[in-house]
Amino acid sequence: MTVASERLPVFAQARRRRASLSVLLDRQDVFSWLMMALPLAFLATLVGYPFFYGILLSLEDRPVAHTGTFVGFKNFIADAHDPIFWRVAINTFVYTGVATLLKTVGGLCLALAMNQHFRMKNLVRALLLLPFIVPTVLSTVAWLWMLDPAFSVVNRLLVALGWPKPGPSWLGDPWLAMVSIIIINTWRGLPFYGITLLAGLQTVPSELYEAASIDGAGGWERFRFITLPLLRPIILIVTLFSVIFTFADFQLVYVLTHGGPANATQLFATYAFDIAMNGGQLGLGASVALAMLPALALLIVALTIYLRRE
Amino acid sequence: MVVTGHGRIKQAVRVWLPIGFFLVVALFPFYWMAITSIKPNAELYNKNVMPLIVHAPTLKHYVDLLTQSSFLLWTWNTMLVAVVATAISLILGTMLAYPLARMRFAGASLIAMTIAAIYLVPQPLLFIPLADVINHLHLGNTLTSVILTYPTMLVPFCAWLLLGYFKTVPKELEEAARIDGASRAQTMWKIFLPLCTPGFISAGIFAFTLSQNEFLYALIFLTKTSVRTVPVGVIAELIRGDVFYWGQLMAGALLGSIPVALIYSFFVEHYVAGLTAGSVKA
Repeated sequence: MTVASERLPVFAQARRRRASLSVLLDRQDVFSWLMMALPLAFLATLVGYPFFYGILLSLEDRPVAHTGTFVGFKNFIADAHDPIFWRVAINTFVYTGVATLLKTVGGLCLALAMNQHFRMKNLVRALLLLPFIVPTVLSTVAWLWMLDPAFSVVNRLLVALGWPKPGPSWLGDPWLAMVSIIIINTWRGLPFYGITLLAGLQTVPSELYEAASIDGAGGWERFRFITLPLLRPIILIVTLFSVIFTFADFQLVYVLTHGGPANATQLFATYAFDIAMNGGQLGLGASVALAMLPALALLIVALTIYLRRE
Repeated sequence: MVVTGHGRIKQAVRVWLPIGFFLVVALFPFYWMAITSIKPNAELYNKNVMPLIVHAPTLKHYVDLLTQSSFLLWTWNTMLVAVVATAISLILGTMLAYPLARMRFAGASLIAMTIAAIYLVPQPLLFIPLADVINHLHLGNTLTSVILTYPTMLVPFCAWLLLGYFKTVPKELEEAARIDGASRAQTMWKIFLPLCTPGFISAGIFAFTLSQNEFLYALIFLTKTSVRTVPVGVIAELIRGDVFYWGQLMAGALLGSIPVALIYSFFVEHYVAGLTAGSVKA
């Protein structure tokens, strides 16, 4: 009896404390921040910290396995005097611009073709997405073999169609190498555009087309004045999205050309890799990678704001 | 209305001419991969043989690949990394997405924007400092290095995709549970999350395919045969200098693509739903 009565207040206190704790946990902000603490800490450690550390690295002379010395903007000045750096900048813009244009136009054509009624549509859609699904590196190896200098099947087909032997040197010629990486990037990314735009097309109400037809609009006019304006937000999102990842592309070029011949296909990402990983100059490499930041930041901010507004 | 034979042909041409073109272009590289992998070397490197069909199929390249290289080990590594990274990303992604979808608190929109922005940061911007971080943590040449770094891109992605899905789930059940006295954690865990299986499948498939596809981090962090993933193993070890083992290489590329293709074929509807979720909300 005495023991129990002595303990009673302790229990009550504990219950009250538990009650106030659960009240606290019931608050929306407390619950939310507790839930988000772990993932936010994770992202801060492995994205936030490396991001700022990368900026610091770009201001250092930092050979691999040595401690760095602060050199201010010396790396960026070295970049500005490096002709390859400017070549890389031009390459990256050409690659991104042309591939994006091809993917947008081609994707729109694909979406329009798919937006008709036909049998086995789901199967066709699944097959068309394959280039986008399969690991990039593995499908790029297939392209490497298809464009092989000695046994290129593409060239054998071209020669069979009357092209003079031995056919174009796809990866050996600076200009053709750029054409090749653009074509393969388009091949891989086009299904993403096509299927996303198709989903957009399917949301266009058919009454609009009917009304326009009654008013005497032809196929082109229906496309120009109904389809295109209604698709514009989706086209914009998909394009921004793909521009970001094309601009920072690495895998495709690394596998296909390693940036060659003579840096003709070198992009920011592959050049930064070369300097930092093969050359061991982490600071200079970080400065090349960071050179992507202004353009990327602009794109990312634009897309983020747009996504939020939706 | 009578459909004349002529009209039907015209219709078929309008559909299948463009679709056929896209199909041939999209699938030819895979066809070429497949037939290269079963051609004997005598056929592969002979310019006088018609290349588009196989004359004497052989499984030699597959046998060589599986016995002479560490391909099976790489496959195991890839699967292990993809499964663990996907699981981590779904859990952490949910922990971000649920409060953002359901709770009102100061800073919510700032967090949501930050997550979207992080999702859009491409790896080449971070790989040099990350390589240094991984070195300092002595994680080089361990699968832990990629299991930890893949979620840096997968968590924001899963959070963003799940956030969109969570918002489409009706609130009534949760409100009823709250009135019955369930805590916020109970409501989320017992009532809400079981309703979201389709969202988890979409996000999971995406995270899984992205993990299988990842190359840059794996290339930098994994330099020993025993810890490599399929993409890095294939590029670093099956391409040797100027000597190409095309049969083996294509066998490896094909086998490496199969897990993703299989999973995707089972869940293609979820995949397409996820692909279009971000952009078709408008």
